[in-house]
Amino acid sequence: MIPAIFVFVYLAVVLYIGVFAFRKARGKEEAEDYFLASRSLGPVVFLLSLFGTNMTAFAILGSSGHAFSNGIVTFGLMATSSGLVIPLTLFLIGTRVWALGKKFGFMTPVQMFRDRWECGHIGTVITVVQAALLVPYIIIGVMGGGTTLNVISGGLVPFWFGGAVVALVVMSYVFFGGMRGTAWVNTFQTVLFLIFGAIAVVVIGSAMGGFAGAIGAMQNAPALAPLLTRERVSPYYFFSYTFIPLSAIAFPHIAIFCLTARKMSQFKKTVIFYPLCIMAIWLPCVFLGVVANRVTDVPEIRQKIEARRTLATQGKSLAPEQRDELREEAAGDDVLLILLKRFAPLWLAGILGAGIMAAVMASDSQILALSTMFAEDIFAYYGGRRRYGERAQVQTGRVFVIILTLFAYLVALRAPETIFELAIQYAFSGFAALSPLLVAALFWRGSTKWGALASTVWTALAVIAVAIFQARFPAPAPGGNVVAATLGGWEAITRTPGGTAIFGFMPVVPMVIVSALLMILVSLATKKPHEATLRRYFARARGDVRAADELAQAA
Amino acid sequence: MKNILLVAAVLLLYVLHQDFWNWRTAHPLVFGFVPIGLFYHACFAAASSLLMWLLVRFAWPGHLEREIESQEQREDTAR
Repeated sequence: MIPAIFVFVYLAVVLYIGVFAFRKARGKEEAEDYFLASRSLGPVVFLLSLFGTNMTAFAILGSSGHAFSNGIVTFGLMATSSGLVIPLTLFLIGTRVWALGKKFGFMTPVQMFRDRWECGHIGTVITVVQAALLVPYIIIGVMGGGTTLNVISGGLVPFWFGGAVVALVVMSYVFFGGMRGTAWVNTFQTVLFLIFGAIAVVVIGSAMGGFAGAIGAMQNAPALAPLLTRERVSPYYFFSYTFIPLSAIAFPHIAIFCLTARKMSQFKKTVIFYPLCIMAIWLPCVFLGVVANRVTDVPEIRQKIEARRTLATQGKSLAPEQRDELREEAAGDDVLLILLKRFAPLWLAGILGAGIMAAVMASDSQILALSTMFAEDIFAYYGGRRRYGERAQVQTGRVFVIILTLFAYLVALRAPETIFELAIQYAFSGFAALSPLLVAALFWRGSTKWGALASTVWTALAVIAVAIFQARFPAPAPGGNVVAATLGGWEAITRTPGGTAIFGFMPVVPMVIVSALLMILVSLATKKPHEATLRRYFARARGDVRAADELAQAA
Repeated sequence: MKNILLVAAVLLLYVLHQDFWNWRTAHPLVFGFVPIGLFYHACFAAASSLLMWLLVRFAWPGHLEREIESQEQREDTAR
């Protein structure tokens, strides 16, 4: 129970930061201040907060859980692909989104799409699809909070109560502090996790008598040795994962966060240090997840390994429901916490648990982003601000925060999927497929609103199709893929134990490619926006570079 | 030429992410306990950071910032 007390103290500190941000903003009831912190974030807060925003329960609990079941492949699959693609998208797209936001006053990506493509209701369709894809991500945060408190307290704090506490705290500081409070909390959380993550590796490593012994023993155990290589993972699957980080910049909370920087130069440090930050957090999580397989003196871990073995040896003869039960039992989302409980002294486990809680609670940015989208893309666009004023718009955003958090909590109580699966299958692939919208809006004069609509509708349909397919074909036992459709002798659609494969690739690959193709083909066949609009976005691209520079210098 | 080299560097790093030569082996164990596949990707993360530094150093879209600054100066003057 002592570690849980540390976590509750941490939650109180976080809550106070939110209230402090609220006091600092007192008197400012402008939408730009509540939703974007008046576009005033400095370089350190911008880097740490942006990074913290991406480090959700998925990154921390999901990564060590995935590494526990799949081995070192987790790091290359998710961490280094993100470490390359995410800063690249921030460099190419984030900087331009910031510049356009500053120039035209945009507060959400859809405001930019509406202006750039001269559209109205199509923007609403994009908002709805973005919102539908973002909600699972928020649910992950609540689930992660519930799991963390439950494990850290040794089962004394039930999952439903832990999830409720986390949801309440996040809701409170987002409600009061808006973007400023969220950014400060994220900065505090990232620092906490970076420091205590390093301590966790040292403490657990020395308590285990060094990692060399554990790795050596794993190499000699035929069932565990493959976890130190990637032999169980197909290169197609590994390649597919490089498409997933395209989702980052298309996530509304990241695109909106790009608008909060005071200056564009603040992107420089973020872009350069992002891969190193990813390494600093993921490497320990993945490594500890892998070596957890050797900690068989802990009953919970032994039980997980046993469930995995049963699934592998007898899975084919079991009913789908029994396989699902075993999968739940074998899931490693809580291995990091179990290791802390086993190896760290009580007080340290408490502080480290607070560090993990820090990462788990990163869903605050998503909640704020959805609130911003509702207030700007729906409420303000359909006349709410004009009729009731800016103050009412901010209050509407705040009420939306409450409703959304309650909804996420109720769903989290019933969701049967593991944290990792839920995130990947619905939110990440969907947003990756929406990334061509940003690329087209920023870099291609010829793109049109109909192209954007086609890509968006395709994304929504593809996500629904994958969900229906996976509901219709239950996950098979390991090694027993079910081929649902063939084409010219090739396995076109396959149900795998971890999801779906299209010609061996993850669904995200065809989703992104088809989305990009639709954007191109439909745009070519439809009418472009007016020249005056295009000129506002592409003056330099049309050879007005010198004129723009002269204008800047003259000014 | 500078931009072509930078694009080539990005593509090269993207290809190097697919390190099939480390696929089926854990050896050598770096520092006695880090499987080579994991160590390679830790180095890959460092290389990504270096590439980002090169992009920021040699291809920074400074014109976007100058446009904003000039717009802000114009607005200040108008006030």
